Amino acid sequence: MNRRATLATTARVLRQLRHDPRTIALLLAVPVLLLTLLRYVYDNKPLVFDHVGGPLLALFPFTTMFLVSSVAMLRERVSGTLERLLTTPLAKADLLFGYALAFGTVAVVQTLVASSVALGPLGLDLAGPTVGVVGLALLDALLGMALGLLLSAFARTEFQAVQFLPAAVLPQLLLCGLFAPRAQMASVLRGLADVFPLTYAVDGMQQLAVGGLTGQLARDYLVVAGCVVAALLLASATLRRRSA
Amino acid sequence: MVNSVEVEDLKVVRDHTQVLRGISFTLAPGTVTGLLGPSGSGKTTLMRSLVGVQTGVTGSVRLLGEPAGARSLRRSVGYVTQAPAVYADLTVIENLRYFAAVLGADAARVTAVLEQVDLSDRAGQAVHTLSGGERARVSLAVALLGSPQLLVLDEPTVGLDPVLRRDLWLLFAELARAGATLLVSSHVMDEATRCDRLLLLRAGQLVADDTLAGLLARTGARDAEGAFLAIAEAVPA
Repeated sequence: MNRRATLATTARVLRQLRHDPRTIALLLAVPVLLLTLLRYVYDNKPLVFDHVGGPLLALFPFTTMFLVSSVAMLRERVSGTLERLLTTPLAKADLLFGYALAFGTVAVVQTLVASSVALGPLGLDLAGPTVGVVGLALLDALLGMALGLLLSAFARTEFQAVQFLPAAVLPQLLLCGLFAPRAQMASVLRGLADVFPLTYAVDGMQQLAVGGLTGQLARDYLVVAGCVVAALLLASATLRRRSA
Repeated sequence: MVNSVEVEDLKVVRDHTQVLRGISFTLAPGTVTGLLGPSGSGKTTLMRSLVGVQTGVTGSVRLLGEPAGARSLRRSVGYVTQAPAVYADLTVIENLRYFAAVLGADAARVTAVLEQVDLSDRAGQAVHTLSGGERARVSLAVALLGSPQLLVLDEPTVGLDPVLRRDLWLLFAELARAGATLLVSSHVMDEATRCDRLLLLRAGQLVADDTLAGLLARTGARDAEGAFLAIAEAVPA
């Protein structure tokens, strides 16, 4: 690991984003807009809004970072810059940590904006500490990023990369316990939900919605963090110096 | 003197097809060697094998005394691909500063390479707004940042106007005088006059390895194109 190369990569990724103000606006405004919509969908049912709003704070950074990072890494492959970087002294870890720092920073800003609007004017009522909410949202963002970097290796074009979002995210979303309690699902589905990382991300937010720091919440943090590391290790294995 | 590049019986198989069929040559330090041949002859595959990014390689490829792709070569070998490998959404200077940080080069080096490729007045411009030739030169500038001992350049002069082409060949000669070894591919045969030595590649085989004067004497042709035709017709593909 080389700190200068890692930080330079972070700065470069952020600079690329800065040249694309429309993407920044979308990253920050869309979660706020969706939460506002949801608030008025459940206008007469504030308890349901509290129940669904928390998990959504986890889902936004997860899905947006998945998309942004898979397309960013795909561009890096298609443009030849990835191959060029791999012929320089840059270590794969420098590149991946550089990306993680950059998208982690964006995710923190995104979550701070979304949660301050949700917890403030929209009146979302979460019992847990705000720092716990932002921390979990950050982990979810890193999870989305790590999975996006990993799956981008299996896409040849941006069309394909975008298709990986419904393929990889929607099954996790359907089974995570947001639509139906996991306890009521058939055992096969419950088994699948148990191995999907998003289940723990959403469960964590549900824990934070109803109370403080519990053992189950700690487990959720650990599982999500572990999945981030595992996905990054797998992603690093897809960065091949040699190709046909 | 130790050779910068030593290639022995290099073969490359890609998708069950033999792209390179047993190539051997050496490159001496401080020289500019032209790698000439029609498109599809294996020039890019040969260059990729040298810089260690090609799979399916057998035979021996050694650069600066190390096997191709060795970690110690990542600073001392510069490679420029045919398509410019730079960030189109960043400005010229942002690209160079990033790669300089990765290569451990300083700010003075960034200014120097901008000067060398004649892009100082484009420094603040986003790469996607540049012409094709300008983008190619940004990509070349990145390769020069680390002051490499060996430069492998895949068709660096494609699409450039004659003045720029001449200037780039003068730059290559200057780099060679300073001790660098250059391998430059081209399918424009008249660029042969700019090279100390020529490697002619056809259908994955090296059909000539000589100076231009030597080639002309051997074939009785008047120019590189004629020499290539004479050799190609004498060797069955």
